[in-house]
Amino acid sequence: MDDDAEIIAEFLVESHENLDQLDRDLVELERQPGSRDLLSSIFRTIHTIKGTSGFLALHRLEALTHVGENLLSRLRDGEMTMTPDTTGVLLRMVDTVRALLDVVERTATDVGDDPDDIDVDGVVADLRDVLEGRAPAAAAAPTPAPDRVPEPAPEPAPEPHPVAQAEPAPYDETPTDPAEGQRRAVDATVRVDVDLLDNLVQLVGELVLTRNQILQKTDAHADVELGRAAQRLDLVASELQENVMKTRMQPIGQVWAKLPRVVRDLAHQLGREVELEMEGHDTELDRSLLEALKDPLTHLVRNALDHGIEPPETRLARGKERVGRLRLKAYHESGQVVVEITDDGAGIDPRRIGDVAVARGVVTREAAARLDGRDLLDLIFRPGFSTAAAVTNVSGRGVGMDVVRTNIERIGGTVDLASEPGIGTTFRVRIPLTLAIIPALVVGEGGERYAIPQANLVELVRIEARDLEVLAGAPVMRLRGRLLPLVSLAEVLGSPDAEPAEETDARLVVVLQADDVRFGLCVGDIHDTQEIVVKPIGRQLKAMAMYAGATIMGDGRVALILDVMGLARSRGIDQTVQLAVEQRAVVEERVTLLVVQVAGDRRAALPLTDVARLEEFPSAVLEHAGTTEVVQYRDGILPLVRLAALVGLPSGPPAEQVAVVVHETPDGQRVGIVIDRVLDIVETTATRTDVGRRPGVLGSTVVDGHVTELVDTDAVVARALPGRAELAGVR
Amino acid sequence: MTATYAGGPGTLVDGGFCTFVIDGLVLGVPVEHVQEVLRYQQMTVVPRAPEAVRGLINLRGQIVTAVDLRRRLDLPPLPAGSLPMNVIVRSRGEVVSLLVDDIGDVIEVTGLELEPAPATMPARVREVLTGVVSLPEHILLVVDADRAVDTSTAHDTTGGLP
Repeated sequence: MDDDAEIIAEFLVESHENLDQLDRDLVELERQPGSRDLLSSIFRTIHTIKGTSGFLALHRLEALTHVGENLLSRLRDGEMTMTPDTTGVLLRMVDTVRALLDVVERTATDVGDDPDDIDVDGVVADLRDVLEGRAPAAAAAPTPAPDRVPEPAPEPAPEPHPVAQAEPAPYDETPTDPAEGQRRAVDATVRVDVDLLDNLVQLVGELVLTRNQILQKTDAHADVELGRAAQRLDLVASELQENVMKTRMQPIGQVWAKLPRVVRDLAHQLGREVELEMEGHDTELDRSLLEALKDPLTHLVRNALDHGIEPPETRLARGKERVGRLRLKAYHESGQVVVEITDDGAGIDPRRIGDVAVARGVVTREAAARLDGRDLLDLIFRPGFSTAAAVTNVSGRGVGMDVVRTNIERIGGTVDLASEPGIGTTFRVRIPLTLAIIPALVVGEGGERYAIPQANLVELVRIEARDLEVLAGAPVMRLRGRLLPLVSLAEVLGSPDAEPAEETDARLVVVLQADDVRFGLCVGDIHDTQEIVVKPIGRQLKAMAMYAGATIMGDGRVALILDVMGLARSRGIDQTVQLAVEQRAVVEERVTLLVVQVAGDRRAALPLTDVARLEEFPSAVLEHAGTTEVVQYRDGILPLVRLAALVGLPSGPPAEQVAVVVHETPDGQRVGIVIDRVLDIVETTATRTDVGRRPGVLGSTVVDGHVTELVDTDAVVARALPGRAELAGVR
Repeated sequence: MTATYAGGPGTLVDGGFCTFVIDGLVLGVPVEHVQEVLRYQQMTVVPRAPEAVRGLINLRGQIVTAVDLRRRLDLPPLPAGSLPMNVIVRSRGEVVSLLVDDIGDVIEVTGLELEPAPATMPARVREVLTGVVSLPEHILLVVDADRAVDTSTAHDTTGGLP
């Protein structure tokens, strides 16, 4: 019903404005009774109210305005002439309309708590009387104005209402309504030119820059007064900015309002049965973004109907409900607006996408073979891709998803999808709240500063040079058990001094996320975070995907804004399959397991979060401390536990190298778990069973079709570290 | 080879030109395309940008791309120590700065013939010219602002014919 509430609110604002005009027109009409212009204007107003009230099922209002419209049309066409009686009855009609609108505002219906409160039938009868040439019965019995809430408007007081209200309110400036203090829809809003708002945003942008400049300058001064004034300026500017931005915010429901109709028509046309659910339509975002979101969103909805939801017969045959469900959900998440479009249709089969992509020459067969499910799905966003067997006028022309992605990326957003064949598909669109002023992290490189939108920022890490590893020339680091590819900003920018820093140097790593891609950006310097005003850059630089625009810093110099997605693309990171998989683990809260081989052919697994590092030692360096096997490791002694022995299995064949999983306890103690070898890193939602539970083993689960025992890390620690005292003795 | 000479022989030129000097050449842009001229402005370098783009300038809150005309025209760089000036031109709805050695006068030309640029001039220079006008004291090279700020056609270092 929220949609209705919104429509009613709009209707009220509009109608009240119209009624004010109507009052003036009617009074004016008495002075120049024959004015066709005035009559036409009045007629139009009443006609509009009649139309909308019919649409909103406000039947009393409709009945009243219907008769009024009849009278007005005859006056307009010159079939009747104005008399004081006519004016009187018309003004009473306007008053009654106003009274009904008040009831609508309070109760969302035009019946209200007490239908007899407002004498609609009486006014209708009077209007009929005038229409049929009789004198209206009640016209001569004026009583105080019917308005329950007094009008503060300075226009002429409405003509008295002939029928007494239950509690006639005196016409004064003090509201006596119980809803006192709560402004009515009419008084609470003002219509403002959009250009004016855009202008304001521009000016606030300038103000924010000037503020930044002043703050920077005052930092260098010891003047306390100046400092305080600057601080106030800072606060006021921030608040002003926030509020001005709010004026441009509009609920996404405005874009959605048209979708029920689109869905209905399309469903009809395609022979689908679809129930549309919409959630979060009051989620607000900048109006310029809203505009840009309209087409992509409509396209995604069309797509869901055309490719997603199956015809009813197919659905029944597949054991689904006859009626498909299409769900739109919008919400705010970490400074972004997320819109999800979910259908419970056929889903997308990645292999089919791959086949089609190869058939259409979007990718080569070899390239497709290297892609996994998620990347195959991603192919639908490539230009020239379309899987619709028949070209319909709905979708299937091969222009579409790539345009959707381009349009969304143009406004700084991202779109991705998740699909389960047979279950359904979800498209997730993320867009920033606003484009004009954004929080950003300012970093330094090669003497220049660069701004990175905060929305892409995950965390800042400082690593030692020895934490940096190189895999076939690609620098990576381990961050809480995950590999993070590293990109050097200096290298991206092509600085001549992009040589790797000294081995001993610490590195500053800005961990960034765009779409599904996460990577670390090594920067020379990290300045601070600040609000920046995004300014466009010239045509000469538009083609450079690595820049999202530019901004002006506190000292008046220009700084470039880095486009994180563009950076990732330029380094080919968005192709990294492994990362996409890892990311999904975060989104869907799956468990990532390190699967290892133990005792020759048995499989065991432990949560990746319990793994600090993976090491390999030659068997020769193993030593003993007491009864415990140890190895010298990083200036310390690492106690080792043989996993096979721990879980009660025979040891595997002796090897020249031992593979060790290093586990770190919360208090920083390290334990090495000796395994045969690492098999895989797998994310899974599979549930644990108690099968095979015994000391050292929590139970088992199925990973990749194999029964895998889950290692009890605590038991490992308990086995290795009660010897803490013993170890201390050795040390 | 694109035609760099818009008018036919005998086209007469009328109007004002904002003149400037690059590497000893006197060039002029029709005054209606020029927003203002500025002394040297601090610039922010844009890594990986087309070679002719020297950087970005803050022009009263507006971000303006500075195109180094010497680089654009394949002329030798300014000697170290001298700073270029800015001729701010309007081109296809954007404001762009042309970096030049020195700013000259605004001259009024009436009824002089616009001749095609001599074919012996380097193609890189000719392609930004609408033509040349012989003045008593020197020859004015009339620059087409739109072409001058178009860095996409700038020298392709990977080789190939112009």
